[in-house]
Order: sequence, then C-alpha cells, then structure tokens
Amino acid sequence: MVSIVFLVAAAIAVISALFVVVPRNPTTNLLSLVVMFFAMAAIFAILGMDFLAAIQIIVYSGAILVLFLFVIMLLNIRRVEAFGSGRPIQALLGTLVAAGIGGIVLVIAGLLLPVAGGVLPGAVDLGTAIPIGRALMSTHLFAFEFITLLLVAAIVGAFYLGKREEE
Amino acid sequence: MDAVAIPYTWVLALSAVLFAIGTMGVLLRRNGIAIFLSLEIMLNSANLAFAAFAFRFASDHATAAAALDGQLFIFFVIAVAAAEAAVGLALFILLQRRKGSIDVDRANILRW
Repeated sequence: MVSIVFLVAAAIAVISALFVVVPRNPTTNLLSLVVMFFAMAAIFAILGMDFLAAIQIIVYSGAILVLFLFVIMLLNIRRVEAFGSGRPIQALLGTLVAAGIGGIVLVIAGLLLPVAGGVLPGAVDLGTAIPIGRALMSTHLFAFEFITLLLVAAIVGAFYLGKREEE
Repeated sequence: MDAVAIPYTWVLALSAVLFAIGTMGVLLRRNGIAIFLSLEIMLNSANLAFAAFAFRFASDHATAAAALDGQLFIFFVIAVAAAEAAVGLALFILLQRRKGSIDVDRANILRW
C-alpha cells in the first residue's frame, strides 16, 4: 500500500519534472514545478518526515514559486526558445552529460541495494517539529544563525540589484 | 495496515532520475527562468537523496541522530534555495533591464 503511494508520487514527480524542462511557456514550467513540489512533499510524508513535508509546501510552493511567478509576470515572458534549440553538438553533449550523471547515481544506488532492504515508514519518530526544533536550537545553533545572516544578506543583495539606477 | 517497507534505494533512484532531468534542463535551456527552475529540480533531488539516507538511518536507534542531521540538512538546503532564488531573480530583472531579454547567451561581456 505504502509502496504504491510512493510509486505514484514518484511517477508524478518525474513526469512533472519533464514538464518543467521541456515546454516553451515559462508559466507551464512553473506550475509543473508546483506539482513536482507537492509530489516531493508526499514522498517526505511517506518517509515519516512530517515537518519537511510541511516546509516543502509552505516555503517552496508558497513562497519561492510565488516569487518566480511575480518575475515571470513582471518581465512579461510569453514564449521562449524551444528546448534544445542551440547547436546540435550542445544538445547532444548536454543529454550525454545528464544521462551520465543520472547513470552514475543509479549505479551507486544499485551497489547499495543489498545493504539494507528498507524500513517501515515512521519507524522512529524523528520527523516532527519537536526533535528538529530542539536540534536546531542546540546542536546546530550556529548553522541556524548563519542561515538567518545569509537570508538577510540575500534580501539586501536583491534589493540593491533590483534598485533602479539613476542615470 | 499491511506495512510494506519501501527500499530506500527507490528514493535514491528517483533522486538520480530527477537530478538527470534537472541537469538536462540547465544544459539545454537558454532562458534564464527555465534554467533556474531546472536548478530547483536539482536542489530538490539532492534533498531527496538526503531524505533517502535519513530514512535508511532512522530504522536503527543507534544511528537515529544521523537521521535527524539529514533532515536538518534538507531544512538548510531549502533556506539556501530561498536566498538563491531572491538574488537570482533580482539578477534576471537586471539582465532584462540591460539587455531586453533574459536569454543567458546575451550576457556575454565576460566571454572571450
């Protein structure tokens, strides 16, 4: 039962990822990415990571993609170049490199296959906000504070770059 | 509940496929927004690999701390992705203002 749900979510993720990469309309790409993020959130939930599933939907689908949508609307991009419309050698090399990277990871996954059969979802209750929040505020406090610094720097940088320069 | 275990290698394989799709998008598209969206796919597939191993280590109480660390890494990757999206989109707005297009081939001043 759980594995069927996982396979369905995985199929949705792969198909919508293809719809992000191939179609020419940026809005189509963006909305397929939303579908992919929801499939990813479903997979996180299956794996027992409730907090991350919520974060995935709230931060990615809620905040980051709205930002993308704003920019697409602001720049008024309708149709862009077709997928792989560059030089043929470029398209060929790109496909080969992508297939090679995917193949390497698949081989590594295959080598790891006999190590462990897998575990039941939610075997250990580590995915809720309580253990994650506790770890963030104790063991990983420095990294957590550093992320806040990074976000402030990103805000300032984006504001500076987006400012209209006076001629 | 007929609990059937999911092999964590399935998650890893899905991560590999998504990473390959994202790489293809980054290498084959020239529109800035499309490249950025493909980049988000790649970040998500990396998250999925972290999740796969966190899932694998969560099965064992001795290594449960490592599972928690894996989830925290996903949290940090999401935060960095948010920062990166803000700065990157500001750059694309600037590119559009300067060049009239966000085709990345137009940004060629630093190219020899």
